[in-house]
Amino acid sequence: MAPELGQMSIMLALALAVVQSIAPLVGAMRRDLVLMRLGDSLAVGQLSFVAFAFGALCYAFLISDFSVRVVAENSHTLQPALYKFAGTWGNHEGSMLLWAMILALFGAAVALFGKDLPTTLKARVLSVQGMIGAAFLAFIAFTSNPFDRLAPAPSEGAELNPLLQDPGLAFHPPFLYLGYVGFSMAFSFSVAALIEGRVDSAWARWVRPWALAAWCFLTIGIAMGSIWAYYELGWGGWWYWDPVENASFMPWLVGTALLHCALVVERRQTLVNWTILLGILTFSLSLIGTFLVRSGVLTSVHAFALDPARGVFILAILLGASMGALALYAWRAPALAAGPTFAPVSREGALVLNNIVLMAAAGTVFLGTFYPLLIDVIGDDKISVGPPYFQSTFAPLMLPLLLVMSVGPMLKWRKDQLPAAARKLRTPIILAGGALILASVALKSVLSAVGLALAVWLVAGALAILAQRIRAGAVAFGESARLALSLPGATLGIILGHASMGVCVAGIVAMSAWAKEDVQMLGPGEKLEISGYVFTLEDVSLAAGPNYEAERATFRVMRGGRPAAELVSERRYYPARGVETTEAGIRSNPFVNLYVALGEARDGRHVVRAYVHPLAAFIWIGALGMAAGGAISLTDRRFRLGARIRLDPAPSPARAA
Amino acid sequence: MRFSAAIPFALMALIGAGLALGLTRDPRQLPSMLIDRPLPAFDLPAIANGGGFSSADVAGKVALINVFASWCSACRVEHPTLMRLAAAKRAPIYGVDWKDKAEDGAAWLRRYGDPYVATGLDFESRLAIELGVTGAPETYIVDKSGRIRYKQIGPITDEVWAETIEPLVASLEQETGS
Repeated sequence: MAPELGQMSIMLALALAVVQSIAPLVGAMRRDLVLMRLGDSLAVGQLSFVAFAFGALCYAFLISDFSVRVVAENSHTLQPALYKFAGTWGNHEGSMLLWAMILALFGAAVALFGKDLPTTLKARVLSVQGMIGAAFLAFIAFTSNPFDRLAPAPSEGAELNPLLQDPGLAFHPPFLYLGYVGFSMAFSFSVAALIEGRVDSAWARWVRPWALAAWCFLTIGIAMGSIWAYYELGWGGWWYWDPVENASFMPWLVGTALLHCALVVERRQTLVNWTILLGILTFSLSLIGTFLVRSGVLTSVHAFALDPARGVFILAILLGASMGALALYAWRAPALAAGPTFAPVSREGALVLNNIVLMAAAGTVFLGTFYPLLIDVIGDDKISVGPPYFQSTFAPLMLPLLLVMSVGPMLKWRKDQLPAAARKLRTPIILAGGALILASVALKSVLSAVGLALAVWLVAGALAILAQRIRAGAVAFGESARLALSLPGATLGIILGHASMGVCVAGIVAMSAWAKEDVQMLGPGEKLEISGYVFTLEDVSLAAGPNYEAERATFRVMRGGRPAAELVSERRYYPARGVETTEAGIRSNPFVNLYVALGEARDGRHVVRAYVHPLAAFIWIGALGMAAGGAISLTDRRFRLGARIRLDPAPSPARAA
Repeated sequence: MRFSAAIPFALMALIGAGLALGLTRDPRQLPSMLIDRPLPAFDLPAIANGGGFSSADVAGKVALINVFASWCSACRVEHPTLMRLAAAKRAPIYGVDWKDKAEDGAAWLRRYGDPYVATGLDFESRLAIELGVTGAPETYIVDKSGRIRYKQIGPITDEVWAETIEPLVASLEQETGS
């Protein structure tokens, strides 16, 4: 019964979304308040029905209702409850439903909290949001119905792909989707502004927090995906330039550009066209990411729905949304008022440079990701583009970006002089220069020395902002402390965000320069040594989990005769699917990760892969720090606009309907 | 100004066209770059006491070159079929023991039987890279003039043999070598 109700809710939500995509838009055109206000209740209604459908699917998973095809194919009675629940979105149909639910969530958020948005703007935003929702709900209803029944129902399910049976699955996709889908707000606001033909600082004040929130979620989602791949795949890598990783990374790069650009619009009312374009592009890239994963045009471990019909549908959505918006852009953008001009050396100038580099970086990633497809289409060869391409094109582009990152925040708006900025950055320049010299001498590798110096430059540059704002050294300590406590969220956000980028860079450089690995056949009692760490295989025993059997190996790691860690690595066999997975044993502290993965057995000995990864944790600490910086920025007083509205009674759907 | 505002639209149209064309391709179908091209020259060492083989040994006849390894579980699935083909003496099968230790490959053949007229070791993937091997097992069919005519990715099953390879071998044997 519940699955039928779920299916019906999807149809109802689709119907509401179709009305939502038309009524408020027509209302805004005719200045009809009733039609415009209808958008609010429709958005809330759409959310309620999609959420109900999602709840019905969760329920089917939790009670192992194998008469539902998706459940039978992706769940098992012996699976732990967390993975039954997370299995709801560990498959194509369920993950699309989650996508649609998050989209509806953002739409409803505008409806409920956007009370002081200009009525016509809000109506148009809700209409655009409704169009996207209608497209995706139609996609679910007509090509990917999660509530398909099986008759007769099997007595046991096929189990969730064991690689996905990990706490990471419970959180990684929802965060990623919150990010992807969150950028739909920037898209809707951009399209609404183009229809409206007007952009002001109020518009930017609205777009920026949404873009910032989406960006934070995306950052967390990407970081969690990276952590998950690191320990679950057992290859000791944190980033593979896999097409699907790239699919999430491209919107991140352009989204980063967007959020810096929106800052310029808010403060200076300039770069308006460019910001609107970025808003459209960021969400288009999110849709391209969805297309990549869902259509299977590029094979990848992630692409678990290989179905051309779905690919065509998603492509239609992608092209409809992006080309529609870009056509509108081509038509309307030239009419938007150009803002005040600025000198090349200025805060705006630095942000433009930031934008150019980020777009170029996104371009290289795009080219690398789609190059195999291009070659396949124009020639007949199958090729793949590997990490060397990305490393040799992406890294050089990051160099100017990281250099400017510490300079930009020190520049004045409109016009500034470089020597003045250099004076403010004296300490970071000295520190980074010192680090460069020390590191080149100690490491004998210019590249890693430059990388480390840049990391120092970013952290010191961020702290210089702090020092400047609290007037450290210029006033008494107590006064500085008082100033520090009253720093606005946006300032704390930039300090934490930029410093975290430095931490992340340090981790990446350390991983590429000093990561050491060794692969050997080990029997019990035998050992291998990597950079002073001695890994001894203590013993291998058999263990059983709820739905798997495992060989469990215990390792003792010694350093300089003293114990450093006990590591446990497992090779799990999941009989329901006949799949083996590796659970790496990892001991992590901020300065070094000790990593060991148990491989195949031969003649009583096991293939053992061991890694020593210095500063690996910095990568993820840095990424999460950036997200935290964004979150702190969101608490800024200038965004309180939203907070104040939340205190007001929300418009009741009943009244508007 | 108006023109430049339309650039993103034009770019997206191009990308859309590319993606639409891309949808018509199956990423799993991997043609060998060497189809209809001459077999590269090689000389593989033996894995056990028997001889290895070189491109000269294969020349002048229709032959199958089968890439296998002792670590490859799909090869074990394919193996009984190869044994039957070898017993039927339909066409000579050459074995390439790929990314494997000579003694492991030899032990594997002792244990399950040896369907090959000769077996060579390609530990460093020299030949495999030239052939464009994507995984084991893979089988290349060479015609009398020494050109690669077909590449089978994955195990040869009885079905694959009867429907694809056997008719191909028969027609290649009708051709006159040059």
